[in-house]
Order: sequence, then structure tokens, then C-alpha cells
Amino acid sequence: MRFRRLLPYLLLIIGSVIMLFPFIWMVSTSLKAPLDIFNLSIIPENPTLANYIKILEESMFIKWFMNSIIVALITTISVLFFDTLVGYIIAKFSFVGRTVIFILILSTLMVPTEMLIIPWYMMSSEFGWTDTYWGVLFPGLMTGFGVFLMRQFMEQIPDDLLNAARVDGMNEYAIFFKIAVPQVWPAISALGIFTFLSNWNAFLWPLIVIESPSLRTLPVGLSFFSSGEAESQWHLIMTGATISVIPLILVFILLQRHIIKGITLTGMK
Amino acid sequence: MEQFKSPQNQNNKTNLAKKKKTSLLHKFRGNLKYQKYLFVYTCLLLPIIFYLGIRILPTLFTFNVGFRDWNLLSTDIQPFVGIENYVTLFQDEIFIKSIFNTLIYIILGVSGQLLFGIIVALLLHKINRFVGFFRVIYFIPYVTSIVAISWVFQWILMGNGIINDVLVNLGFPAQPFLNSPDQAIYVIIAAMIWQSIGFQMVLFLAGLENIPEMLYEAADIDGATGWQKFWHVTVPLLNPTIVFSAVIGTITFIQVSFTQVINMSMDGSGGPLNSTLSVVVYIYQLAFKQFDMGLASAATVILFLFILALTIFQMKVLTKKFDY
Amino acid sequence: MFKRWQLALLVILLSIVMAACSSDDESSANQEDGDITLEYWQYSFDSKVSLMDELIAEFEEANPGIKVKQTNFPYDQYNEQVAAQVPAGRGPDVINLFYGWVPTYVDAGYLQPLPQDAFPHEDIESEFFPLVEATKMDGEYWTIPTAVRTLALFYNKDLFEEAGLDPNSPPETWEELEDYAVQLTKADGNGRLEQSGMAWEPAQQGHHWLRDGLTLQASGQVLSEDRKEVVWANDPAGLEAFKYWLSFPSELGTSEQGFYTDDVTAFVTEKAAMNIDGSFRVGTLQNDAPDLNYAIAPLPGKDGLSTNASFWTNGITARVEGEKLEAATKFLEFLTSDDVMERWLDATGELPAKESVAMQDKYVNDEIYGPFIESLPFANAHFFVDETRERDLVIDAANRVLMEGQDPEEAFNQLVEATQKLYDEYWEE
Repeated sequence: MRFRRLLPYLLLIIGSVIMLFPFIWMVSTSLKAPLDIFNLSIIPENPTLANYIKILEESMFIKWFMNSIIVALITTISVLFFDTLVGYIIAKFSFVGRTVIFILILSTLMVPTEMLIIPWYMMSSEFGWTDTYWGVLFPGLMTGFGVFLMRQFMEQIPDDLLNAARVDGMNEYAIFFKIAVPQVWPAISALGIFTFLSNWNAFLWPLIVIESPSLRTLPVGLSFFSSGEAESQWHLIMTGATISVIPLILVFILLQRHIIKGITLTGMK
Repeated sequence: MEQFKSPQNQNNKTNLAKKKKTSLLHKFRGNLKYQKYLFVYTCLLLPIIFYLGIRILPTLFTFNVGFRDWNLLSTDIQPFVGIENYVTLFQDEIFIKSIFNTLIYIILGVSGQLLFGIIVALLLHKINRFVGFFRVIYFIPYVTSIVAISWVFQWILMGNGIINDVLVNLGFPAQPFLNSPDQAIYVIIAAMIWQSIGFQMVLFLAGLENIPEMLYEAADIDGATGWQKFWHVTVPLLNPTIVFSAVIGTITFIQVSFTQVINMSMDGSGGPLNSTLSVVVYIYQLAFKQFDMGLASAATVILFLFILALTIFQMKVLTKKFDY
Repeated sequence: MFKRWQLALLVILLSIVMAACSSDDESSANQEDGDITLEYWQYSFDSKVSLMDELIAEFEEANPGIKVKQTNFPYDQYNEQVAAQVPAGRGPDVINLFYGWVPTYVDAGYLQPLPQDAFPHEDIESEFFPLVEATKMDGEYWTIPTAVRTLALFYNKDLFEEAGLDPNSPPETWEELEDYAVQLTKADGNGRLEQSGMAWEPAQQGHHWLRDGLTLQASGQVLSEDRKEVVWANDPAGLEAFKYWLSFPSELGTSEQGFYTDDVTAFVTEKAAMNIDGSFRVGTLQNDAPDLNYAIAPLPGKDGLSTNASFWTNGITARVEGEKLEAATKFLEFLTSDDVMERWLDATGELPAKESVAMQDKYVNDEIYGPFIESLPFANAHFFVDETRERDLVIDAANRVLMEGQDPEEAFNQLVEATQKLYDEYWEE
């Protein structure tokens, strides 16, 4: 009996080692001097913060970091609002064009973004969006992913619950915010994490649309440390990757509790 | 809240004036319907404009280019060439190979990440200490930079790397891994699964949290065993999540395979011998290395239809109505 | 509750719209002053970017009324960045391109020929090394480089001594190179390579070494005079070079693809004793491995000497005209002046493209740059119709032999045939 209770922990610990090993190697490499990175030991022999200092001193690191925060925050807020709303409407209302709209939104996921770069750039150039924050973030303001996710979760809300609120005289906006949204907090939190993450890591489009060094996002800025032809400064790439992972882990720690919070709320109905 | 009440009140008045004799209930319904439609279409207005302008139109643009001979560097008029690009693609061995590889990526990669994602989520659901701690650990690979981690994997997997050290010490021959046309794709798939477990874990945790505790309690009263509870309560109620995970897993796997393959394959472009080349990587090469936008767009259309068919298939097969 | 949401949303939308509008104003305001602004694009390479900033400041001072704006992108996404802007009708006025990409750009009509009054053909042909002809097409020069690079043999002196070899007499012939590589190789009991005698990476410089080095050294040819036919297999020398090249990772067992991830890493970490690499690597070695005890020698030869040369080269884009074209021409003249070439060598390690500048005693006798400069007169720059695909074909041919056990002759013939197909496609238009 005791073994059965401990078994999940045992499995999870074994899994953790596999999950963490490459990550720890990355962090450890960031603490090594340039020449030592080729040394295979996991624990750095002469640990140094030189790489971190170099990156932080590197002209515009703080600026890039802030740019990434701004872009990721705005897109995340926008996605959370619109995708939740659209997902709710598609799941819970029947109206003309519902299926068509859903399929169209879903189909936007099926075209590689690499191929949308050309039309997006033409559009940005036409409207003067190149080299602006707006240019970086406009493609991510709503996502098919979020609509699909929220639709799946909204579908599970019992219709009776919503109708009861209507009978009570609540208007549709209030029903959405006060009844529907609290039911799917776990999914909203998950969507928040994913959206923040994918915009934080977005690379190709921000690279193309931004020209001024001061407007670069973090991944774009860091990519200049690995200029393929002659030198890839791996110690700096590892350091940059380690720094840029910290906000993501923080966001996850912050939001993950809400994934559980859903329990109590669902239990109330 | 006032602003939303006023049209509703007006509506009430007109209704009252016109149809004095209709029952109270009927009036109430008509009013509700009006309010609903107003809500639906006002809320959808901005999203529809967005999706049409930012996603659908550019996609149609790409589809149009698929029928043209378009050198991306050239500013000349792009002549219409009909289905020539499609014919070229289907005669192109490398393209066929990339479709075949993409199938392997999807079948193994998606089922792998679903399986491990569910296992981790269930294990986390079972324990009550250090839950948050483990969740963070399993999520870390998902947030880590693919470029940085691919380099680490190359070190671990090379001829003199740690994994081969272990193999040799156990008496097995050293393996070429990424240097072998037979092994490389599976190594990359394993790395992709490693990276996406955290993603699936979060989805399944959210899904599991949505299952009311009382259903389990009811099952307990009926004397159900652990497995029975799993198959009759967990799996059916997790179904929307599973459908979502499978569909999204497939789509993102196809897209994400791009960065992984570029960074992990030995020549940085789907090698050795195109054994790890995925359709997205090939599209990218056609468009931005060979500047053949026509071919790349045609390949995008084929990929689009391929994913669309797959998604419909998955939704049909996986979505089931369960009786609770 | 929802009111707060709406408010937040409104604020976001407003700020977004404002951001979009403000950028509009900026771009329109920019064009009003009388100066000509030249857009100059270069890939991101620290020493080149900072030198260029200096040069631009000097150029602007000497040429009032002309401003130059430098924009950089990472090497890996450079072509993509150029391509993304073409349909939007934007992009650089003067562009720095790898010479192997130029034929593709010329074919697409992206560049215009260099103005002949400023760059007469006789002058280019008498002053520059003949390898700049790699970007001469349809009787026109389309680009002109400041600097060129050659491949040479890098070797680790400490590892030479350890293996009982004289660090002052590097290998000079094919046989010696084989012999040295074998002596410098160490393997463990399980047949795993511990130290590679000769780093070997077809995806890096390996394919250049095969084409412009080994093949020409064995008196073969890759391309016909008119650049339309791949004559690599017309002479047994081609196959001989291919087989010799492949012998390092196969029969000799001195090399392995992906050994310590890549050839440069293996050489820096002293896991590979010799490597064939370009002059552009010198800077990296000085920064990353200041204690590495290495030397450089010209490539070992056979019937004759030959090495690969490559260069980044400057061209003017097609839609530049009028005053702007004059400004761009001036800028190119400035970039190809003797003084800039000398400074370019000091700052970036790339060799002057003009013979009179490069062959000065101070450079020829330089311990590090000497062997590269010495190689310039017999260096060759292969004319690529598609650099990426031609490279991939060589890699694939090697892998078919090494991984799938295909007969080298068959693999070589397939390589030639597939390469010929690329040339047929290119020329048919």
C-alpha cells in the first residue's frame, strides 16, 4: 500500500531527471568561460558570471527584454479576451454562419506562418507598420488556437446554467463574464501561459518586420550572437537562453495555481 | 450596465405595442433572441475583420501564388502557369520524401506526446505533495529555447557523447544517432516529444480539473475499481481535451518541426540524405533559399489540404458522445 | 466586472492605433530633407559592422549631401530578409552579398550592372584578382568586393609535436596529408575516434575544398569555360579527387562527420589536429582560444596548387537611378579604395581584393595572413548557380557513400548529373 502511494513520486522523479538534464547543461554552460564550454563536465570548473555581465552590458539587452515583455503582454491580453469570447459564442450559441466561422478560424492554423510573412510584410509596408511595436504584434492579437481551445472547454458548461441566468434577467455580457468565464479558468490560465510563451519566443516575423536595433525583441536580439558564417558564440547563446527562460517560468508559476483553482468553482454548480 | 439595458427596454415597448395579445412567455423569448443576436454579432465583428484581413486574405494570396511562376527576388509580372507547380512537386522525389517524413513525425510524435502528457498529468493528479514543484519541472523543457537546447542535444548524442559512453560501458556498440539516415528522424522526434510533454501536461491538467469530483465519488459508491474509473469517468470526460490535444498537437508538431529540424539535423536542412526533412522545412527552403515562391505556395496548399483532411478525420474519429 | 475589461481593451486598442499612426508620421517626415540617403545592407558580423560604421562616417564627411544608413541582419536569415522586402518594393540601395548568391540575384533582375564609367572592365581585370570574375555575367560586372578570403590548412603545433611530427614542416602533398592525418589520429578500444587527425565537414568548407581545391590540384575541372556544362566527370581527376576526399572518413579512419559537433569546435578544443578553413576564422580563434598553439600553411597540392576563394561583394540594386545611383557609385568607389582594403584586413582578417594592395611585403610575410595571401594567385572561386543546392548535392553524395555504402563512382556520377540539371535549369531561362 505504501509502495503504491510512493510509486507516482518515484516515476515523477525519474522523469524529472530526464526532463531537467539538458536544461541543467544549458544553465551550466552559461556559467562557463568561453573556452571551458567545450569541456564536457556538468559542473563548471571555474564558474563565472562573465557571460551574464557581457550580455547585460551588451548595448540594448534591457531594451530588448522590455520590448518582449510589452509584445507578449499585449498579445496575451488581447488573445485572452477575444479568443475566450469567440470560443464561448461558437460553443454556446446557434446562429447563421457558426460552422463556417469556426472552420475558417480553425483553418488559419493550417498554413505555416513562414508563408504568411510575404503578404504580412506587404501589408505592413503599405500601412507604415514596419519597424513599430504594432507591426510586431498585430499577427498575434487573436489566434485560432485560443478559439479552438476555449470552444472545447466552453462546450462543457451546461446550457441550463446559462439559461437560468437569462431567466434571472442577466444580460449576455454579464452571463459571459460572471457565469461562463469562471467555469473555464483552468483553460484560460493555460491559454495565457501558451500565448505569452509563443509571443515571447516568436522569432521569424519580428526579425523581418523590425529594422532598428532598439525595437528588437529578445530572441531577435539574441540571434545576432550566432552569425552562422564565422562564429557562433555558444556561451552567450546559452546565457541569453537562460535569462530569457526566467520570465516564462515566473509566468508559469504565477498562472499554474489558477489551473487548480478551477476545482472549487466547478464544484459550486 | 445601463447602456445595454436601453435597447432592450425600447424593444420591450415596441413589442408590447404591436402584439398586445401574445403571451408573456412568447414576448420574453423574442426579446431574448434579439438580445442574443445582438450580442453574437457585435462580439464577432472585430474578430471576423481580424481573421479575414490578417489570416484568410494572406492565405488566399498564397493560394493564388501557387498557380504562378514567381521568383521572389524578381519584380517582373508573375505569369499564370496553371497547375505546373503542382505537377513539378509531385514529380519531385524530395517533396514526396518530406511528406512521408511528416507522416512519421505526426504518427510517432503526436501519439508520443499525448501518451506522456496524459501519464504525467495523471501522476500529478494522484499525488498531493510537491505538485507545483513537479509541474514546473515538467514544464521547463517547453519554455526553453529550441536553438540552445538543440546544441545541448548534439553534444549529448555525438559519437563521443554521454549517451554513447553509457552504451559502450554497457557493452553495446556506439550509435551514430543524428549522423545516420535511419536513426536521425527518431532522435529528433524524441527531442520534440521531450519538449512538448509540458504543453500536453498543462492541457490535460486543465482537462482533469474540469471533471467534477462528485463523479468519482459516485463511482466509488458503485464500487468501481481504479481502472474502471479511468475508463468510464476520466477518459469520456477528458474527451474534448483529447480531441483538442490531438488536433493541436498535430498542427503544432508540423509547424514546430521546422525549428527543431533546422537546428538538430546535421547539415541544418533536413539531412542526412533528407531523412529528417519535413514539409514545412522544404517549403521554407523553396521560398527563401531558392526564391521559388510559386512552388513553395503550391506546397503550402498541399500541406493545408493534408492538415485539413487529417483534422477532420481526427475530429470524426475521436469525438464521441459518451453516456455518463 | 466587464466594464473594467472593456476599459482595458479600449486602452490597448487606442495605444495600438496611436503607435501605428505615430510611425506613419515618422516615415513621411523622413523624406523631406534634401539629403540623399543610401540604404546599405550587410550581414551581422561584429568586426565588419563596426568598421563599416567608421567608414560610413568618413564617407559622409567627405561627401556632404549623402547619408548612408547601415542595416544588419543575421547571416542565417539574410536572404530571407532581402526576399521579404522585394514584393513590397523596398530594400537596400547598396547590398553586400556572398558571391555565390550573386548569379541567382542577377537572374532575378535584382541587381544592376556596375556603371562602366566608374568601373571600367579593363581596370577591374588589371587591378583585381581574377577570381572576381565569378560575378561577371552576360559581359557585365554586377558586383565588386572589398576583400576576399582563401582556404588554407590550419594545424595544431602541440598535437604535431605530441605525434612526433615537425611543427615547422606541415604536409605539402596529398600523400603527406594522408600520412600526417593517420599519425595524428587516436581511437579508443571500441573504435570510437578520440582525436581526429583531420577535421572533415562537407557542410562547412569541405565542399569548397573538394571543388576548388582537390579537383583542380589533380588537374581536373568542375565547369566548362562558358559555365554551362559540368565537366567534372569528363576527366578521371574529378573522381580521383572525390575518392581522395572521402578516404579521410572511410579507409583512413581519421575523420568523422559531426565529431565534437563541427570542425571548428573540434579544432578549437584540440580534438582535431588539422582543419581546412578560411582566413575569416583567424579572428574567432584569437578571441575564443587565445592559447591555442596553431599555424597555417597553404593547402597541400598534387599535380599543381589550388585553393578555394570566396568573397562578400557589393552591388547596386536595380531600381536605384539618377542622383542616388551617382551616390551609390561613389560609395562603391570608396569601399574599393586601397586604403579601405588595408583597413579591412586589419579589422576583419579578410584579404585585399586588389593584387597591388594584397601582395605588399608586410602582408605576404605576415605569419598568419602570409599563407592565405600566398594562395591568392592560384585561388579559384567556383561559379555557383545555386550555392545551397550545389552544396547539398555534394553532402548527399558523400553521405550516400559513407552511410549507405554506395559505390563512390556511382555517387560521383549522380552528383555530376544532378549538378548539371541545376545548370540546365539556370541557363534555359
